[in-house]
Amino acid sequence: MEYEPVIGLEVHAQLLTNTKIFCGCSTKFGATPNTHTCPVCLGMPGVLPVLNKKVVEFMMKMALATHCTINGECNFARKNYFYPDLPKGYQISQYASPPAEHGWIEMEIDGGKKRIGITRIHMEEDAGKLLHDEHNPVSHVDLNRTGVPLIEIVSEPDIRGAEEAAAYLRRLHEILVYLEICDGNMEEGSFRCDANVSLRPRGTETFGTRTELKNMNSFRNVQRAIEYEIKRQAYVLDSGSAVVQETRLWDDTAGVTHSMRSKEEAHDYRYFPDPDLVPVVIDDAWIEAVLNTLPELPLEKRERFVREYQIPAYDAGVLTASRSLADYYEEVVRLSGQPKIASNWVMGDVLRFLNEDKKEIRACPIAPAALAEMIRLIQDGTISGKMAKEVSEAMYRTGKAPGAIIEEKGLVQITDEGALAGMISEIIGKNPAQTAQYREGKEKVFGFFVGQVMKATGGKANPQVINDLLKKMLAGTE
Amino acid sequence: MELCGLTIHELQDKLRAGETTSAEITASVLKRIDAVETEVRAYITLMRESAIEEAARADEAILRGEIKALTGIPIALKDIFCTKGVRTTCGSRILHNFVPPYDGTVVEKLRAAGAVITGKTNMDEFAMGSSTETSFFGVTRNPWDLTRIPGGSSGGSAAAVAADECIASLGSDTGGSIRQPAALCGVVGLKPTYGRVSRYGLIAFASSLDQIGPFTKDVEDCAILMNVISGYDPRESTSVPEDVPDYRAFLGRGIEGWRVGIPKEYFIDGIDPEVEAAIREAIRVVEKAGARCIEVSLPHTDYCVAVYYIVAPAEASSNLARYDGVKYGFRSEDNRDLLDMYKKTRSAGFGEEVKRRIMIGTYALSSGYYDAYYRKASQVRALIKRDFEQAFADCDCILTPTSPTPAFKIGEKTDDPMQMYLSDIFTISANLAGIPGISVPCGYTKSGLPIGVQFLAGHFQEGRLIQFASAYETHAKIEKRRPAL
Repeated sequence: MEYEPVIGLEVHAQLLTNTKIFCGCSTKFGATPNTHTCPVCLGMPGVLPVLNKKVVEFMMKMALATHCTINGECNFARKNYFYPDLPKGYQISQYASPPAEHGWIEMEIDGGKKRIGITRIHMEEDAGKLLHDEHNPVSHVDLNRTGVPLIEIVSEPDIRGAEEAAAYLRRLHEILVYLEICDGNMEEGSFRCDANVSLRPRGTETFGTRTELKNMNSFRNVQRAIEYEIKRQAYVLDSGSAVVQETRLWDDTAGVTHSMRSKEEAHDYRYFPDPDLVPVVIDDAWIEAVLNTLPELPLEKRERFVREYQIPAYDAGVLTASRSLADYYEEVVRLSGQPKIASNWVMGDVLRFLNEDKKEIRACPIAPAALAEMIRLIQDGTISGKMAKEVSEAMYRTGKAPGAIIEEKGLVQITDEGALAGMISEIIGKNPAQTAQYREGKEKVFGFFVGQVMKATGGKANPQVINDLLKKMLAGTE
Repeated sequence: MELCGLTIHELQDKLRAGETTSAEITASVLKRIDAVETEVRAYITLMRESAIEEAARADEAILRGEIKALTGIPIALKDIFCTKGVRTTCGSRILHNFVPPYDGTVVEKLRAAGAVITGKTNMDEFAMGSSTETSFFGVTRNPWDLTRIPGGSSGGSAAAVAADECIASLGSDTGGSIRQPAALCGVVGLKPTYGRVSRYGLIAFASSLDQIGPFTKDVEDCAILMNVISGYDPRESTSVPEDVPDYRAFLGRGIEGWRVGIPKEYFIDGIDPEVEAAIREAIRVVEKAGARCIEVSLPHTDYCVAVYYIVAPAEASSNLARYDGVKYGFRSEDNRDLLDMYKKTRSAGFGEEVKRRIMIGTYALSSGYYDAYYRKASQVRALIKRDFEQAFADCDCILTPTSPTPAFKIGEKTDDPMQMYLSDIFTISANLAGIPGISVPCGYTKSGLPIGVQFLAGHFQEGRLIQFASAYETHAKIEKRRPAL
């Protein structure tokens, strides 16, 4: 039978606040275990949580960027379960009254646009980490991550395939990073995804039994795990069995999902409103204030770049991949007035250098002003495009201004027609055979002459000037 | 009278006049502890050495002319308040070795006001009980009759004040845990409005009901302690940023023309005749003082105990989840695996009453039962709160018995949790409604056991409550007795 997959994703994004959600401890990743802790996040007896207002604002940014309705009041709830990385024995999360719901994001799929609904976004605290000793049967607990703020973004079951799921995830990721509320690092776990997958016969409306997939720590794994799960469920259904509602873990190495726990073994989290916290009240003025801090989002920016700079959609897509790259590009355009040339240089050399060094655009040694200056020097003929390649590389390695590099390397282009004409007549004189061939109509040898002139000038001759002069002089008109 | 038998304000007068020193007062208290503690057993942890040092520092401060609200006054703390570097057990085996790395807010405030901390007093395990019998550290006895309980859960703090083993103390009140033992031990005990005193550093039993308050020998001392411990705390989200008046300014103002509500639902069958007689007498006293008593109705009174025993255990089942043997406190030995460690640690670390309430609370929050129990209880709780709002539209304060009976015998109710729960029948409603309540001595039974009367007022009306209690104290002229220890 032909099946239609029905997929919903739950994304957990760690927020880039300086301090934790309910105490003043640092959220920095990678510190010595248990150094970013205090009585509050250690769950000591007698301590109480106080909400970090920044977390609410970051949540609101994501809610506004995904067209959610922000509720005027929401509550925190306790999710009760025992685990050593959860020092209080409960996680403070949100349950019955989420702060934001009924949103959507739009993505381009197969040339068309598709909306994926966002069911809800809520705030919660992260748990700690267990570190298992490889040689001894003991585990250690690191509570640095305990209390780091998260938002959970739950999608509607609107996704219809593994590729679409990955595309949705990339869009969410892009928005979060654009908003500068999450660093999006999947390996360090600051962007995590669980997937609910079910199948139904194509053309029917009723949902099939779903499984929940966990442990997918890259976009690729999310796609692979869902692809696998779709095939697995189709096989189960085709063989006349029923899909079991359960949680399954993705095994990256084996490329399969394994059953982790069944519905019967599922926790009863005994959610109830946290009596230690008061309702969060969000009024219109606060929403307005957060709205005013929202940056232009990737899709809008992409469309504007195509419209405003007349560059191809593909270029606009590359240049808006991150907010800082887009800002860099726009600064180069502003200073050079050359959107297309700027786009070629940024997408070409600049990104190539950065990729080779695995560097971010923020760390690019070529300042936008320096790149704009280099473009100007190409435009006014001071250097050739070929020289510019050398100049940009040197700019990247040394961080120096293009003028200084040109001077150091003696790269200034020879445009003086008198000097070049002398050289050309000498070359013509030395190569009578080729000159004769050219004059007989073998225009291919023209390249030979260009090469000779370049050789003689050490590559500094202005190609346009050479072309013009050579044509005239070979024709014997001069 | 020995120094340990005096009140805060009497001792401060003497300190100011240079008639005594904190060292002498503290020595008197410690001597009294040496004399009676083996019989009363009010303390879990005595802080003798640090108390002597703090007294010496207080005397230096007094010499410099720096005398603050509690300078040099020996005060005991229920063992539910986190004290930096001093073991804090909450009366439980599971915390028998727990030493907090921080001081709670009220402890900081007491220290800042110059108090001398004498030690940590006994209590029902995790404040769950009405008799101080569920403590892992043994039973505290009522100083008035050592065969009887002191009330609970703050029984140690009440008994310590009654037996002059401290000048005043702090307790916590979740369903009557300050007012009931105050009544049973013949001292003054006040539970403030929820949000008035910071809970930061108070080991949680039921977060939406817990509130900290003082045990004192008279109403004036109560006002003095309330001045020190009250106020907004940014470390607690449910703390209320309401101005704190000078509670001493309410003393001796009189209550002429006040309307005093007598809830008809509070004079029930099963109330001890001697208690009822004492309360009727208290009504006559306030009328003689110029107040007018009127009947009021709190129609949802019958549901208070039921609502309380769903809400409190539900919150407790979650609050006590952190005691899992992983990070601090008791951990069982020879554990097969993680689950085994959890089970053994919590089975052996908690006492019977605590486990009973964890199970009740877990059940009440479980999927499929939440609506019938926890949600329903929360709804009825709102109605109970509304009862009081409506009653306070007609009266300035409410007068009730604090406890239906005087102190009962040790062991008398330990096998019957329902009977034990009913001893809080008059105090629970104030916690559910979040309003302040005070218990003041109003007489003795023929056999010499103290009886308390409870006054209740609207939210943040502690000042008026103190005004009323002070006027009652003045007019009632209850004979000052000392337990024969």
